[in-house]
Order: sequence, then C-alpha cells, then structure tokens
Amino acid sequence: MEKILQEKYVQLENVNMTFFTKKGTFEALKNVNFSIQEGEFISIIGHSGCGKSTVLNLIAGLLQPTSGNLFCAGREIAGPGPERAVVFQNHSLLPWLTCSENVYLAVERVFSASETKIQLKKRTQAAIELVGLAHAADKRPNEISGGMKQRVGIARALAMEPKVLLLDEPFGALDALTRAHLQDELMAIMAKSGCTAVMVTHDVDEAVLLSDRIVMMTNGPAATIGEMLDVELARPRERLELAEDSHYNHLRSEVLKFLYERHARKAA
Amino acid sequence: MSAIGISKEDIKTIMNSEQTTAQPGAAPKLVTAARPSAVALKTRIFFQWLLPPMFGLLLLGAIWTLISHQSPNLPGPVSTWHSAVELFSDPFYNNSPNDQGIGWNIAASLERVGMGFGLAALIGIPLGFIIGRFQFMSRMAAPIIGLLRPVSPLAWLPIGLLVFKAADPAAIWVIFISAIWPMIINTAVGVSKVPQDYMNVAKVLNLSEWKIVTKILFPFVLPYMMTGVRLSIGVAWLVIVAAEMLTGGVGIGFWVWDEWNNLNVEHIIIAIFVVGIVGLLLELALTSLARQFSYE
Ligand SMILES: Nc1ncnc2c1ncn2[C@@H]1O[C@H](COP(=O)(O)OP(=O)(O)O)[C@@H](O)[C@H]1O
Ligand SMILES: [Mg+2]
Repeated sequence: MEKILQEKYVQLENVNMTFFTKKGTFEALKNVNFSIQEGEFISIIGHSGCGKSTVLNLIAGLLQPTSGNLFCAGREIAGPGPERAVVFQNHSLLPWLTCSENVYLAVERVFSASETKIQLKKRTQAAIELVGLAHAADKRPNEISGGMKQRVGIARALAMEPKVLLLDEPFGALDALTRAHLQDELMAIMAKSGCTAVMVTHDVDEAVLLSDRIVMMTNGPAATIGEMLDVELARPRERLELAEDSHYNHLRSEVLKFLYERHARKAA
Repeated sequence: MSAIGISKEDIKTIMNSEQTTAQPGAAPKLVTAARPSAVALKTRIFFQWLLPPMFGLLLLGAIWTLISHQSPNLPGPVSTWHSAVELFSDPFYNNSPNDQGIGWNIAASLERVGMGFGLAALIGIPLGFIIGRFQFMSRMAAPIIGLLRPVSPLAWLPIGLLVFKAADPAAIWVIFISAIWPMIINTAVGVSKVPQDYMNVAKVLNLSEWKIVTKILFPFVLPYMMTGVRLSIGVAWLVIVAAEMLTGGVGIGFWVWDEWNNLNVEHIIIAIFVVGIVGLLLELALTSLARQFSYE
C-alpha cells in the first residue's frame, strides 16, 4: 500500500474536461491518464492552448473535472489546498502587500494554528532568503523586477511546505538570462526540499533540464497525453556540461520531434 | 447592468485626472534653452495655469455685468461684493432661529449632509461588498437599484416627512437616499472586478472569508469605493439646497428661500457662490483623500 502511494502520489484517472461557455461547449481534455511518483519532477509540455494549464488547475483543485478522478496522496482532490501550492504564470502577488507580507499571508494560513507569531515571521524570512530576496523583503511588487516577482511567488509557494509544487510556466515571461538563473536556483531548491513538482512549460530545454519525466500533450481540442519521456540524466545537472551531452541532445530532439513532426500545430 | 457603465467612466476620469492635469505641455520655444531658468518656469506656469482660469472668471464677471445692466433687478458684481463683505463681516450672529449668520447656515447644511452621507456610507459600502461578492445578491439587488436609483431625490421628501414627522430627519433622509446609490454601485463594481488571479491565490491559500475581505477585496476595492464616496458627497451637497428650501429651519437652502422672500437678490447670488465653493472644497478634499489610498 505504502509503495503504491509513493509510485502514484498524484494520479489522474480518465480525466475529461469540457468547458461550458456562452459560445457553446468546448472539450479541452479527453481521457487524460498519468501518475506522478513522490519526489518526482514532471514537466507538461505542449503547444499553446492545448490544455496544460487546465491539467495543472485540475491538480490544484481550482477546476473540477467533468468526469474522471484525481488523487493526491491517496485522497480524492476535492478543491484547492495548501498541500498543493501553486506558482502562477503571472506571479499573482498582491500589489498592496510587500514581498514578505505576501509570503506571510501563506505562512500564516498554514502554520498559525500550531506556531507563534515569531515562528511565522521566521518562516517567512527563511523563505524570502531561500530565493535570495532578503534585500527586497519590504518592497512592493511594483518596485521589483519580473524575475524577483516570480521568486517571491516561488517563496510564497515553498513557504507553505507543500507536498506538491505546481508551477504554471513560471519563467515564461522572463528574459533568457534571468530564466536560466532561476531554473538553476529552482533545481537547487527542489534538490533540498525533495517535494514533488509539476511544471507546465513550452520551453523544450527547460523541460529536459529540470524534469525527471516529460509529459507531452497532443493538440486540442480533446487534448490528451501523447507520449511520456523519461529523463535519465544524473543530478545535479549543469547546463553547460549538458549542452554537449549526447543523451541530453537525444532527449531534446525527441521532444522537438514530438512537437514539430508528430504533433505540429496546424498553421493558424 | 446599465448603472455600472456610468461609474466606470467616472473611475477612469479620476484615474486619469492626475495625468491630464500634470502634463508638462512642452513649449517648443523653451526646448532650445538648455535648462529653463526659474524665471522662465514661473512665467510658463503663469501663462499655462493661472492665466486661463483668470480669463474664465473675468468672462463670467463680464457676462454677469452685461446682464445686470440690461435687467435692473439683477445686482451686478460690485454691489454683490459689497453685500458679501458686509455679510461675512459677522458670519456667526444669532438673533432668532430664523435670523442667523451665514456661517451658522452653512454649518447647519454641512451637518445634515454629514449625517445623511455618513449613514449612507455606513450602509451603502457594506451592501456594495455583499452585492459584489455574491452573484445571487447582485441579481436580487439589480431590480431594486434599477427602479429606485433614477428617482429624483426630492420625491423622497414626502415619504420622509410622513415617516419621521419632522423636517430635519426628513432632509437627512433625502440626503441618505440620494447619496447611497453611488457608494453601493461603485463598491459592487470594484468587488466584481477583483482579478480572478487574486481569487485563485485566495483559494489556493485557503484564506478565510475575513482574510479575503481584508487582504484582497478591501485594498483592491478602495479606489472604486472612494469614487463612490466622492460622487455621493457631490450628490448630497447638490440635494441639500433643494431639500432645505422645502423643509425650512436653518441652512443654506432655507436661507436662499428666505432671502428670495425678502427680495434680497444680492444674498441669493452670494448663496450660489457659497454653495459652489463649498461643493468645490468637498470635492477637492475627497479627491486628494482618494489619491492617498491608491496603492500604485
Ligand atoms: N474557463 C475556461 N472556459 C472556456 N474555455 C477555456 C477555459 N479555460 C481554458 N479554456 C480553453 O481550453 C483550452 C486549453 O487552455 P489552457 O489549459 O489554458 O491551455 P495552455 O495552458 O496549454 O496554453 C484553450 O483552448 C482554452 O481556450
Ligand atoms: Mg497556460
């Protein structure tokens, strides 16, 4: 039992998602099945609009599937919960709170029942330091750069000590240099915390560099899992070394072939 | 809701007013100078910001003078000015309940406006939050607001007189009922505009309803709410003069009526200016207050 739970820590079973809008119904996901091991880092990759965020929001509990079941740690996912923290695509920090107040809001919610105010403050500070933002703790989101905002978003999620970290294109809006830097930091943080992670991305290098496994989605409507790819690269990973690693390049071209040969997006 | 369209415009106006008034308006002549000297800057401010309003006021005075020359019953600016100086030399005398200084009249009107407006804020703002937060409530309130809001404020006066059996609470009631709508509507619009992202944060963090209100809704809605407050006080001040004309007692509106009966037209014109200036000051005070509350 214990073993099964570890292997299928997060599980999606025959998940279908249909949106009912004013313009009619839209079948976004059809028959999505996959599971995630405890401690595993999964990337979901696919063309824009195929339903990646929808899958993530289903795991987060922000959406309910039209049919099918989702489980986390053996329990049905009934709604959002602090054990599944989300790093949002557009950071979603509250602009009227400072960075540390944004993080504190999350910390307070999760730990205030069992800890004193001082302990909560310490947790907040630790989370801010973890992402290297101690100097900007008292700044408002509009006073810091995009990369820093995204770090606060990560700090807020990690401070909740989630079992599963859900990231929706966390670095999508950043420039290449900042993005590479934050990817390295995220790898280091994940190695330390050992928590399970699901990251949505459309960046092939990012997917291969960070993941243990890549879930590749077909194009919508009625998108589903096309293929899975195990990324058997030793950790810690160094982006410079990997650039010349033949296995890395093989994996990379596998994903590219999936995206641009087998499931190329029809010309719009 | 059609009611919402109006307030959106207004919100934009308040947001933009700072920018539109602060435009530097680079005059090409001055660009050639490497650094505009203090004198040049002062002359520019004078020509761009002080001269046009002065021209406007002068024009108003000229038209007024012209009309007063044609119509002998209408006093001109000069005689009105003399009358005003006399009036304001002793603003706080108190001969009898019906014969008090202009200061007392203004104070009485402001007090009524304050009471009616304060009650409207106390009830309207929380109501706006509830209507904005729960779709059921919004649908429930829509016909009530749609039906009652367009009613002319003074139409409520007989109801007030009937229920309260006294003039003063009736006047406050009229202020209340006309000031409450902008606050309800703007607050509700603000709440309904809270970005889904923030609500998703609230859901993922599992925030309590209290935290959602204090940490997300309230800060986001505050600028919208302040627009409602500003509109409300404008309406309240607009309505008080008319209401007091009908109810009597002490107050700037009643004073106008009294002076009309005395055929003291100078005083009526002074009252118009006083009402305008007080309204302007209220508006300025609230606009600057609203600016303080903007988090951006
Ligand atoms: N709330 C919604 N209502 C209607 N359609 C939606 C909704 N959310 C997503 N969709 C549709 O579902 C599809 C997948 O969306 P999404 O998961 O956001 O794609 P991705 O994240 O892969 O770019 C898109 O075609 C989108 O238009
Ligand atoms: Mg997306």
